[in-house]
Amino acid sequence: MTTAKNISLTLKVWRQKGANVRGKLETYQAKDISTDMSFLEMIDVVNEKLTLDGQDPIAFDHDCREGICGMCGAVVNGRAHGPEKGTTLCQLHIRHFSDGDTVVIEPWRSRAFPVIKDLAVDRGALDKLIQSGGYISANTGGAPDANTILIPQEVAEKAMDAAACIGCGACVAACPNASAMLFVSAKVSQLALLPQGRPEAAQRALSMLRKMDELGFGACTNERECEAECPKEISISNIARLNREFFKAGFFSSVK
Amino acid sequence: MNWFTNTLGTSVGKKLMMAVTGLCFCGFLTVHLIGNLTLYGGKNLFNAYAEHLHSLGPVITVAEWGLLTLAIIHILTGLTLFLGNLNARPERYAVNKSAGGRTLGSSTMPYTGILLLIFIVLHLVNFHFADRTYQTIYHIVSRVLSRPEYVFIYVAAVIIAAIHVSHGFWSAFQTLGANHPKYMPFIQGAGLSFSVIVGFGFGFIPVFIFSIAG
Repeated sequence: MTTAKNISLTLKVWRQKGANVRGKLETYQAKDISTDMSFLEMIDVVNEKLTLDGQDPIAFDHDCREGICGMCGAVVNGRAHGPEKGTTLCQLHIRHFSDGDTVVIEPWRSRAFPVIKDLAVDRGALDKLIQSGGYISANTGGAPDANTILIPQEVAEKAMDAAACIGCGACVAACPNASAMLFVSAKVSQLALLPQGRPEAAQRALSMLRKMDELGFGACTNERECEAECPKEISISNIARLNREFFKAGFFSSVK
Repeated sequence: MNWFTNTLGTSVGKKLMMAVTGLCFCGFLTVHLIGNLTLYGGKNLFNAYAEHLHSLGPVITVAEWGLLTLAIIHILTGLTLFLGNLNARPERYAVNKSAGGRTLGSSTMPYTGILLLIFIVLHLVNFHFADRTYQTIYHIVSRVLSRPEYVFIYVAAVIIAAIHVSHGFWSAFQTLGANHPKYMPFIQGAGLSFSVIVGFGFGFIPVFIFSIAG
């Protein structure tokens, strides 16, 4: 076990007062930060000092701080959720930095994610994508008996891997084209793989993809940055599945 | 035909057009390379090959118009996607760092594509639209490639094409939905091998012609 120590970092943080105001990078000193702290706790410490000094604290999104809710996220030194693989920002620890490091912190950048304030962006576009088809329509009624629909383990695993998406938006932030293909493909795959999702699969693929284009996300150029940055390590094989579902729906189904 | 244009008009539909036309160009590059290898057989073999091609008459005309159509689709769709993708991120990052997904090929696709377009125009002016009344195609080739600046341009263009193909080949399969845990490594390997073959296969020809012409 490594012993905790304290280090100091120079932060360059994107400060922007509101959606329609120009922002810029401001420099702050994060002094005597325990290496056991998480990245967000480090910002908390900086914010405490800013507040005591009568300045505006840095706005950022966060909720569970356990890496499962998808609320937090920022681009740290050019990497979505920071340099660690398969990690959300809240689970990134200061021990991965060295004393005296300069850390540049920017919000997710995408036309579809306007900045609300500082590091907080409006990811409502992801909700609109889900509303456009990321669900199944099920009539409520008596609960069906267990095991009436058999699903092979392998298929269930694939669906679960896609369902691991927490909707944080890192794929959009990391994509050189600000495309939401990994997000859409995870949602389409999760439902298309399971029998409950098949009846609406064609409509779902068409609607979600058209919505993605409409919301101003870019197109996928198979750069694979999304897969590399996704905190849940969702595979781009889901994007290939989305494409197959889309071609099937567009060219071979009766859905318009 | 509304459903058809609607489907092709989406981002994935446009990518489908890029993938299909791109793979057609990979096929064209293969045929072109095999034909060009006759240059190593000397003047007579190469001229005979060119004559044989031209004797096909209407087949060649159809192929030329087909290639032109594919090129127009590939270029216009590619530019549309490129501009749309730039537009999707109005404010750029101050610090950009790859997480390891991007390659030299993938991150330069639009730029290598535009450079290739410029080269193809030059290439067609050099050989396709050259006056063949008093000289054979071999003479034209050896005259152009006896100039060091042209050798440099041709070798550079071939390297750019190889870089373009190194991403384009596997990317086309991924776009078509052909990503399978058993076959994807093979497709990626085949794409890289193909780009190396294109690079060395075409790249040595100008050097070879220059060396025997000089």
